[in-house]
Amino acid sequence: MPKPHGGKLISRSVKKELSETAELTKLEINTNLSEDIINISKGVFSPLEGFLHNNDLENVLNEKRLADDTPWTIPVLLDFNKQDINEIKEGDRILLTNKENGVLALLDIDEIFTYDKKTLAQTVYGTQDTAHPGVANVYNMKQLLLGGKITLLDSKTRKFDEYNLSPKETRILFKEKGWKEVVAFQTRNPPHIGHEYVQKTALTFVDGIFINPIIGKKKSGDFRDEVILSSYETLIKNYYLKERAVMSILRTSMKYAGPREAIHHAIMRKNYGCTHFIVGRDHAGVGNYYGPYDAHDIFSEFPDLGIVPVFFRSFSRCTKCGSVVNDKICPHDQKYHINFSGKKIRELLQNGEIPSEDMMRKEVAETILKFDKPFVE
Amino acid sequence: MAEGKDEKKYTTISIPTPLAEKIKKRIEGTGFTSLSSYVTYVLREVISGMEEESEEVFSKEDEEKVKDRLRALGYLD
Repeated sequence: MPKPHGGKLISRSVKKELSETAELTKLEINTNLSEDIINISKGVFSPLEGFLHNNDLENVLNEKRLADDTPWTIPVLLDFNKQDINEIKEGDRILLTNKENGVLALLDIDEIFTYDKKTLAQTVYGTQDTAHPGVANVYNMKQLLLGGKITLLDSKTRKFDEYNLSPKETRILFKEKGWKEVVAFQTRNPPHIGHEYVQKTALTFVDGIFINPIIGKKKSGDFRDEVILSSYETLIKNYYLKERAVMSILRTSMKYAGPREAIHHAIMRKNYGCTHFIVGRDHAGVGNYYGPYDAHDIFSEFPDLGIVPVFFRSFSRCTKCGSVVNDKICPHDQKYHINFSGKKIRELLQNGEIPSEDMMRKEVAETILKFDKPFVE
Repeated sequence: MAEGKDEKKYTTISIPTPLAEKIKKRIEGTGFTSLSSYVTYVLREVISGMEEESEEVFSKEDEEKVKDRLRALGYLD
């Protein structure tokens, strides 16, 4: 099992009498930031112990590494407006709160600093186009940043917590299962045959697969979280060896930062104890902002990442081969290839129709159709 | 997070000139833009390769608690 990223699994939560925090200045934060805090406190973002300082931010932007040279590609930042909070200064301890997740966390402020939104957007997302959802988020950020360590004091029990394992838990789970090599698969959709092909191809060479759907804010037309989880449960129950597959969720917001986010996704899975990470075509991409294999190429910059990327190119069903193929193994013309179109599968399901078994397992489709409203409205 | 924001970001190391020349030839036409970027890459690779596998440091009590939760959730039999 790989060491956690940076060498140590971070744990930053304590139970504290809330009366002890009564005097502290409070800052209400949004739900995405509260998810970041939970992820920091449980070690998902190891080695981060808090929100980035300015020197770390600069290094992440310029070198794709923290200031101590540890690979890190996505800035984890706490933004605020001066008017949101009474006078605060470096060295202060404040209380961060979020109603939706019931998060209460201490922040020890090391640094209050400014940043340039254009540089941040251009460097992380490769564009300043506000049509890019990640860039739009950057432009909506507040004027200043707070850097410093956090300590989680409390958070609410949330929906799907029974599927939510921390890195500590997955590390113990993998050890108990006797898995030495574990491949992680990230998803935001129910599985079609192409996904199963990718997962099982990778699983063939390791001890177990960790299916790790990202749960959280969705856009209209996306599959609802419970649909994704139920459909994977059905797939695993019917088509996987129980002792070879584990599913657990990850609560974090998608940034759509393409190649940089692929590295970030790999780092999180390393912290969960995975040795391999599946990277598909246009991983974490959106629109046409990134080349189809940019998220593959970036891994060559990180000989010290500590998790092995498993690259998959495009795959389809070849009617001549009679199986799922990719462009490295099938000699037949494109006319024999049927692509796994997520859009087409979605359209069929929206009409209450079961896609062909060449596209999606019948049991998976039936599970999805059992939901009155499988899609976000 | 790293500390010491005023620390110098780069340092100079000496390697034999013939070796430097060999490296310069070797990196021609590759993605490496300089001798420094190549040496940095190789050193990062070497250092990370020397890292030992994880020796879990969870306490027995902690581990049992986690296993209980994993059993309760159906992840372990």
